[in-house]
Amino acid sequence: MDDRSFGAEITEVPDEVRIRLSGDLNGRADETMANAYARVVALGSRRVSIDFGQVGYINSTGIALVVRLLADARRDGRTVRAIGLTEHYKEIFRITRLSDFMEIVEGDAA
Amino acid sequence: MTERIRPIRRLLGRQKDAPGVLDPAAEIPAEPVLPVAATDVVSVSIDIAEADPLMAYLQTAPGPVEIAKLELDSPAVRAMREAGVALVVPLVSQGELIGTLNLGPRLSEQDYSTDDRRLLTTLAAQAAPAIRVAQLVREQAREAIERERLEQEMRVATLIQQQFLPRVLPALPQWQIAAYYGPARAVGGDFYDFIEMPGGRIGIAVGDVTDKGVPAALVMARTHSTLRAEASRSDSPGVILARANELLVPEMPPRMFVTCLFAILEPSTGKIVLANAGHNLPYIRTDDGVIELRATGMPLGLMPGIVYEETEGVIAPGSNVLLYSDGLVEAHDPTNQMYGFPRLRQEMAVDDAGSELLDRLLETLHRFTGPDWEQEDDITLVTLRRAAGVADEPVEDEPAVSSSLMSFSIPGEEGNERLAMDRVAAYVDGLGLPLARLERLKTAVSETAMNAIEYGSQGRPEVLVDVVVETNAESIVVRITDRALSGTIPDDAEAPDIELKLAGEQKPRGWGLFLIKNMVDSMDVTSDGDTQTVTLTMAREEPSDG
Repeated sequence: MDDRSFGAEITEVPDEVRIRLSGDLNGRADETMANAYARVVALGSRRVSIDFGQVGYINSTGIALVVRLLADARRDGRTVRAIGLTEHYKEIFRITRLSDFMEIVEGDAA
Repeated sequence: MTERIRPIRRLLGRQKDAPGVLDPAAEIPAEPVLPVAATDVVSVSIDIAEADPLMAYLQTAPGPVEIAKLELDSPAVRAMREAGVALVVPLVSQGELIGTLNLGPRLSEQDYSTDDRRLLTTLAAQAAPAIRVAQLVREQAREAIERERLEQEMRVATLIQQQFLPRVLPALPQWQIAAYYGPARAVGGDFYDFIEMPGGRIGIAVGDVTDKGVPAALVMARTHSTLRAEASRSDSPGVILARANELLVPEMPPRMFVTCLFAILEPSTGKIVLANAGHNLPYIRTDDGVIELRATGMPLGLMPGIVYEETEGVIAPGSNVLLYSDGLVEAHDPTNQMYGFPRLRQEMAVDDAGSELLDRLLETLHRFTGPDWEQEDDITLVTLRRAAGVADEPVEDEPAVSSSLMSFSIPGEEGNERLAMDRVAAYVDGLGLPLARLERLKTAVSETAMNAIEYGSQGRPEVLVDVVVETNAESIVVRITDRALSGTIPDDAEAPDIELKLAGEQKPRGWGLFLIKNMVDSMDVTSDGDTQTVTLTMAREEPSDG
């Protein structure tokens, strides 16, 4: 019904787990993001990519959820990269310095 | 609805030879009219529908009618038979069937004799006019009560109405202000008001409630006080209307709404800012002719979340302004022609002094409608005239008439920051803002609105957040005002540090202010204790390097 409602789809690709996000990434995405990372842990991959291609809106609480996931991943020795960010959100990842700790992939995927 | 005639209620008694009698049913007080033993009496009420063939039959029957012998396909006849009615005596007055006298069988078990019938015919002939008179008296009494009730209601409506009209008009140097309120007989819901505002400004409201009488007067009273309350909390007509709308929507009776124009006049400069909730647009007579100040917005009380566009203008010395309700333009002449906007515009074009304008408008209206006119709707007129040749204080950088403001309010509920962001984006769309700057502005608005909702409103939907967007040639300014329920933004908020956050030494949250400051060219915070306003400024062009 609501195309802004948040979702996270987990897929395994060679050598990594991809989290494909969709909808608005805000405070309401908290549980879905936590569950997504729990799946990553269960799958055991050392590499995680987050696909933002279907995310139209990220606010500061959404940024906080990315920070939390990144902190968890780093604690667990995983690398995280971001795919599909718009120019605007790439800028936000740059000024928050998230991009210093996760690779920002140009284009849709890698 | 089927009109029914209720025959005179029958009393079937066991008294010797007593013809069951008598109660002029619906019209005349019922219940026992003969002293009979309660155990011997059966009282039956039979309704005869207007379309029942018995009606026509009784209308022309020469005398008492024996029900048993009647061959009519009539529900009333069947009901009478079942009730044991033997004889029906029509009561006819001046050719109109006004009731029936229904009798059961004679207790002597004999048929009604010719003498009985003659007696009953005589009785009916004498009783019918008397019953009719009683019916008429009762009808008139009922009508008089109804008339008195309506008149009383109108008196109450008028009283409420007058209670809320200003008793004195503002006395402003170099300005002539005149107002007229003429209630229709059925008293509509027109109102006008002048509200003193900070800085010597005057709020002017003109409104019209749909419907008439007491309900309209009550809604008018509520609207009047809501506008006054909101005018004390904001200096933006759009915000005042938006907030009034949010408060009125849940209380508005079905099928009612209020059209309203709210203007704020700065007498020293002639600057006028107005927002409009579906009301007639005001006319301004200038040296260049008559213009309308246009602003759009839905009437108050229809639905929540309405945005009220604002329009600004400057009333030059020697100009007239007219605010009015539709009772004027919708007045009809004896040939049923409407007064109409073109005629009003024509009248506005005549150069005269303010109070004369009002008098002249009423004069032409009465000439148009003629002396026998029954006013269909309330008429409200408010005229402002700025004296010619006054020393004109310049209005800061204002063009003669501009449309550079938009304002709205959002309920202080989580998630509505997205609504604020989308509305601002829709408003500035088309201004040619580079995409990157538009996206940054959107994020800044969303984050500021989110803070306002979380801290200013504490997430309570009834505590509104006001948003005003102002554009000029160089920049876009967005002001977001909250009610500061949790105080104001602290100056010493901890700057977010990604390394500390990733190390778990700082909470993951806390990016809001940081983002806002980084997204716009400037962010300023002001507070008056009750409210906090964050002003975001974004240049329309990317500043050139160096």
